[in-house]
Amino acid sequence: MSTTTAPPARLLEGSEAIAEAMIAAGCRFFAGYPMTPFTEVLEAMAAKLPDVGGVCMNAESELEAVGMAWGAAATGTLAATGSTGQGLSLMQESLAEITLARLPLVVLNMARAQGDYFQATRGGGHGDYRHVVLAPIDVPEAVHLVQLAFHLTWRWRNPVLVFGDYYLAHTTQSVAVDAVDFGERVPADWTLDGSTGGSGRARLISPLGDAKRADRVGYNLAEHYRTCAAHTDEMVAGIEPMAEVRDTDDADVVVIAFGTPARYVRAAVKQLRADGAKVGYVRPITLFPFPTDAVARATANARRVAVYENNQGQMVDDVRLAVLGRAPVQFIGGLSLDSAGFGIAPDLDVAVLRARIEEVLGA
Amino acid sequence: MTKSRPDGLTIIPTDQPPTCASRLVDDFTPDLIDVGEHHLCPGCGEPIAIRSMVEAVSELELVQLTIAVFGIGCYTAFSNNLDVEVLQALHGRAPSLATGVKRAKPNTIVFTVQGDGDMVNEGLQEVIHAAARGENITCFMVNNGVFGETGGHMTATTVIGQRTKNTLDGRDAEQHGHPIRLANLLAEVDGAAYVARGAVNNAGNVARTKRMILDAFETQRAGRGFSFVEILTMCPTGWFIETQEAPAYLADNLGAVHQVGVLKS
Repeated sequence: MSTTTAPPARLLEGSEAIAEAMIAAGCRFFAGYPMTPFTEVLEAMAAKLPDVGGVCMNAESELEAVGMAWGAAATGTLAATGSTGQGLSLMQESLAEITLARLPLVVLNMARAQGDYFQATRGGGHGDYRHVVLAPIDVPEAVHLVQLAFHLTWRWRNPVLVFGDYYLAHTTQSVAVDAVDFGERVPADWTLDGSTGGSGRARLISPLGDAKRADRVGYNLAEHYRTCAAHTDEMVAGIEPMAEVRDTDDADVVVIAFGTPARYVRAAVKQLRADGAKVGYVRPITLFPFPTDAVARATANARRVAVYENNQGQMVDDVRLAVLGRAPVQFIGGLSLDSAGFGIAPDLDVAVLRARIEEVLGA
Repeated sequence: MTKSRPDGLTIIPTDQPPTCASRLVDDFTPDLIDVGEHHLCPGCGEPIAIRSMVEAVSELELVQLTIAVFGIGCYTAFSNNLDVEVLQALHGRAPSLATGVKRAKPNTIVFTVQGDGDMVNEGLQEVIHAAARGENITCFMVNNGVFGETGGHMTATTVIGQRTKNTLDGRDAEQHGHPIRLANLLAEVDGAAYVARGAVNNAGNVARTKRMILDAFETQRAGRGFSFVEILTMCPTGWFIETQEAPAYLADNLGAVHQVGVLKS
């Protein structure tokens, strides 16, 4: 008999579960501006965060939402913001600078379909920087990855994105929001609370670097950017890329997908396997760092590789870089969207996807 | 013997011993400014404004409670030169960062330093919304009517007729619009508890401005809501005039449109 007192599973909409996971991870500051399918996360945080002594701000735009989260993060408060494509485009300037200022921040990228893969993994901002990107397949995994995001962002002092979508936000699933224990949190010697004023070494958090004139030096951007790049390298080396891999050992064709569409691809692959087809499945869970080695290993013996994305082909570039020409990589996705553009995809139908995979198998 | 040049500047004689002991810039430097020498232009008003802010922090004994949020402009040269904690923001974004700091740490004293380009051009909505929320922070705008850092270009506070590098024939209302009087605008916003406009072009105005800064911090300390002080500063380089003409130029041009005084308290 278990001695743990895990909370019981409840029927929760994805947005609400994500909000509860953020609070379980210690998030105490949230700022946002409504936009589908991010809106319900904001609603849930506005309702739940004050109960635990946190602050949820209804910002005047995404520019200020990310700014407010930036300010809170500088005080060492675990902070998050988020939006959807256009709103995240507005935030890019700040997201780039927050990274150069080495601050922890979780960003919910509640995308419409998957056309924002490049925005998330490459970033739309200026300068040399990288964001860690986690892409859950369903609500229970989102509960885990959201908490991992807070752990990683604090550990590496670098923004971490969680890439969700309309389905993740609005699917109701039975889920237990357990607080995940990632061990002792790394102590912070950089947070602002005013107390170092007058010490001769008052703290400075700046995207321009932390060189103080007290040391008779000015801001040195060349040096700061090189320091940031070294930190990025260390972070990328220190984060284990994650992927779900199934049935790839003897697979002729390996199908690769991420996020919600991967649930449909996985079901189609399972059906085909049951019918005797030699087909395997890989799902990148960390979109950055991309699970290059896992994809390379899983496709080492494949005759063909197929990539499904609900966009015109973005992650397929990363797959091709992992496969490195050892097998043809065929794109079997394409933008599938409702007329409002929210991300409801007519193509997300196991029969449709099965037919596309069968075409690759027959090629 | 000390002589005068035709332009009024004194010539210090070097052929005889000095009549008083020499004094270093550091002798005049307030405690909370790390290094006295700065790289801003001669005649710039911004160091006087920054000095007034940190002197007020010291006098009110807020040193270990204060976090300054800096925008981007010439004054950013001071963001790594203070012995108060500093959060460096992007151009235009300081009030939202200050909001996040203050909401996360309500017992701190939070102030922003922004220029007219930063606050009125790039990020105008930020300061208006912060004021409307009654955000318990203090925002300072050093207003010289030009983008000084880029070399003297028109901002939203540039006065009609003023020549800048991108209004060579002077700012023309028909083509370039009218200057925004930000302090007057903010005084109309519910939630703004204290709004004033000072200047640093003469000793009297410096003293008045210092009083305004103290009152703004007192407003925040008492939790009365949003406080704002606009400070008119000289920019002889960006105004393309002789350094010693800048104080009078400020009074006759910028100061005639953006009038000094307490607008709300």
